[in-house]
Amino acid sequence: MVIGIVGYGAYVPKYRITIDEIAKVWGQDAQALRKGLLVEEKSVPAMDEDTITISVEAARNALLRAGIDPIKIGALYIGSESHPYAVKSSGTIVAQALGLSTNLMVADFEFACKAGTAAMQCCYGLVKAGEIEYGLAIGADTSQGRPGDALEYTAGAGGAAYIIGKDPLAELEGTFSYTTDTTDFWRRDGEKYPSHGARFSGHPGYFTHVLSASKGLMKKLSLKVEDFDYVVLHMPNGKFPTNACKLLGFPLEKLETSLVVKRMGNCYSGSSPVGLSAVLDVAKPGNRILMTSYGSGAGSDSFSFLVTDKILERQNKAPTTENYISKKENIDYGNYVKFRGKLKL
Amino acid sequence: MPYKSSVPLFWRLKDAKYSLVGTKCITCNQVFFPPADFCPQCRRKGKIEKFQFSGNGEVVSYTVIRVAPEGFEKYVPYVVAIIQLDEGTRISGQIIGDINKVEIEKRVKSVFRRITEDNDQGLIHYGIKFEIVD
Repeated sequence: MVIGIVGYGAYVPKYRITIDEIAKVWGQDAQALRKGLLVEEKSVPAMDEDTITISVEAARNALLRAGIDPIKIGALYIGSESHPYAVKSSGTIVAQALGLSTNLMVADFEFACKAGTAAMQCCYGLVKAGEIEYGLAIGADTSQGRPGDALEYTAGAGGAAYIIGKDPLAELEGTFSYTTDTTDFWRRDGEKYPSHGARFSGHPGYFTHVLSASKGLMKKLSLKVEDFDYVVLHMPNGKFPTNACKLLGFPLEKLETSLVVKRMGNCYSGSSPVGLSAVLDVAKPGNRILMTSYGSGAGSDSFSFLVTDKILERQNKAPTTENYISKKENIDYGNYVKFRGKLKL
Repeated sequence: MPYKSSVPLFWRLKDAKYSLVGTKCITCNQVFFPPADFCPQCRRKGKIEKFQFSGNGEVVSYTVIRVAPEGFEKYVPYVVAIIQLDEGTRISGQIIGDINKVEIEKRVKSVFRRITEDNDQGLIHYGIKFEIVD
């Protein structure tokens, strides 16, 4: 039984703020930051956008590509660390807006930046077990970063949705996770902004987990670096995935297509899912894709996808990731503060 | 339709607000939004069914709101327009983005956005707004 991605869709808000614009306000060296982070600008949600609206737009694109009756979706899981309600599922609103069935499993997931890929794993398991025909997994965020903090330069917004089922455009060959209690980034209940362990986020956070999960998956599926055409890694900035790619032994050309962080920042739970959608937009039948997410706290989910012939008829049924990234409007720091609700009226 | 509303009123209107679901009289093919339970033309001969609008349409007229009602203050200046939907009825709605790009006869498509929120403890109201199609 071949199970995988039946339809996918991304959404990125159109507003951008450059690293230079933020650095100017805080008296930082923009050139050094751009070089250090490998990020030029980040996406900013409009005042009326949040994880729910991003999820709806991304999922509508996924439904267009899948071409299935939404009623056939049996589960909806949304991974985010910016669910608009603390108590009241984002999934209920998204399901209603998409016209999904009321006979539906719904839950909101949270695991820092990897909750979206955890949602994909759950849908995969339910489809494989025969409990549902299709599952909808979404990773989306309007990322938080304290003004003046290092995170403010990269915390963007966006998301991607994946419909998992049979007759896929990309077969999900297998998944592997690596999880430890490593507190490199956290946000206490009721707090507006996260805290982080600065350099601790790299080692033993990001690199230990991303490398362990990726290697674990390749060992599980008996696949080698040469077997993959594309690599998608979680993108807290541009430098981390670039270094992880090198450490795994992949040439950087295999990472380049997915490196959306340079032009839209890190959209937390949506980061690797949006990177994957950018790859699927240009992938050809027979291509194999490695995707590994990273969620602080900490854990990584790794996946192997084998693109099928179905990709050709579905790629152009909805706007591409590049459509959203290139359709942009730059704003200044004043508007950024207003849009992100940092200014109280 | 009032956006600042009681929980039950908001709940009753969610199909229409979230997804542009209206109604259609299959006797005379007239479409309605907000959804009507009764066709004023066919009266007792009318048969009403749910109808899904595509969200595509055209600007018929618009105004720029610079002094907003309660709950919409942070969005000023913003555009409220009358939209001719492709399926055949007119509705009013907010057009997002640069107010200078809005012109009569420009094409629009619907987007899903926050409309307003009651207060920090209250409901967040979601619904349809429109975007100019470049």
